[in-house]
Amino acid sequence: MMLGNCATSSSLSTESDEDIVNNNLTVLVVDDSPMIRKLHDMHLKKFGLKVQVAENGKNAVDLFRSGASFNLILMDKEMPIMDGAEVTKELRTMGVTSMIVGVTSLDSIFDRQAFMEAGLDHCFTKPLTTENIIFLLQELNKKNNEEN
Amino acid sequence: MDLVKLQRQLVDYRDSLYHECFLDEQFTQLQELQDENNPDFVVEVVSLFFEDSERLLNELTKALEQQSIDFKRVDAHVHQLKGSSSSIGAQRVQKSCIAFRNYCEEQNVEGCLTCLQLVRQEYYLVKSKLEALFKLEQQILSAGGSIPI
Repeated sequence: MMLGNCATSSSLSTESDEDIVNNNLTVLVVDDSPMIRKLHDMHLKKFGLKVQVAENGKNAVDLFRSGASFNLILMDKEMPIMDGAEVTKELRTMGVTSMIVGVTSLDSIFDRQAFMEAGLDHCFTKPLTTENIIFLLQELNKKNNEEN
Repeated sequence: MDLVKLQRQLVDYRDSLYHECFLDEQFTQLQELQDENNPDFVVEVVSLFFEDSERLLNELTKALEQQSIDFKRVDAHVHQLKGSSSSIGAQRVQKSCIAFRNYCEEQNVEGCLTCLQLVRQEYYLVKSKLEALFKLEQQILSAGGSIPI
């Protein structure tokens, strides 16, 4: 079967996904790797999400301090200056109630547990998959419904 | 070369890369994210991977040349390389990083040096394979054809 060099967005949407696409949810991707930022940015935009990226934890904290807010934060663990766990703790201390999800290539259960305990809502292994995103959107919709 | 032949060559070549574990499902996911609004997405992401990996390989070489090796630092670089290679589906690079990390934990210099050689080898192999794949795709597009799924 021959197609153009483009994937149609229909390859990502199913009947159940239609409800969660185009929902004006905002996401902050915090990762020091330009490659990962680009990957996650593209993947999330496919679901109609509004994406902003931060190169490191300090930038993420500064964004919140300047009054920005996001529905979802995707947090890398291994970053210079402030690692993902430190940033998460700082944001929670500041009163940030956004969903914070760790995205890490950490193997050890203990390391992941420590990251979760910093204040994450969920933790996924890099790279983020379509299934992960669908799960997160469902969780965000639940959260929004509870808060309204 | 005629278009149909080129397209068949591409499919066979791409299949071989999966079959020989140079690439895995994650690369397929990457291709599925590309669309007409972002027609160079895969090439751009892979180029970032190349830049990142070469920087990390240089850092690893330097770190392992030190009189007193900082194994934590070496491990951090390998961990990063493992993460980025898994994100684009470069399976053999990713797997070679796993063994490397074990030697870092044991603080085994010889083991680390051997692994660095292996990781470098796997990286340059996948790099040349991906470049060949992109070249084939470009030839097909230049001939007015489309990339077969």
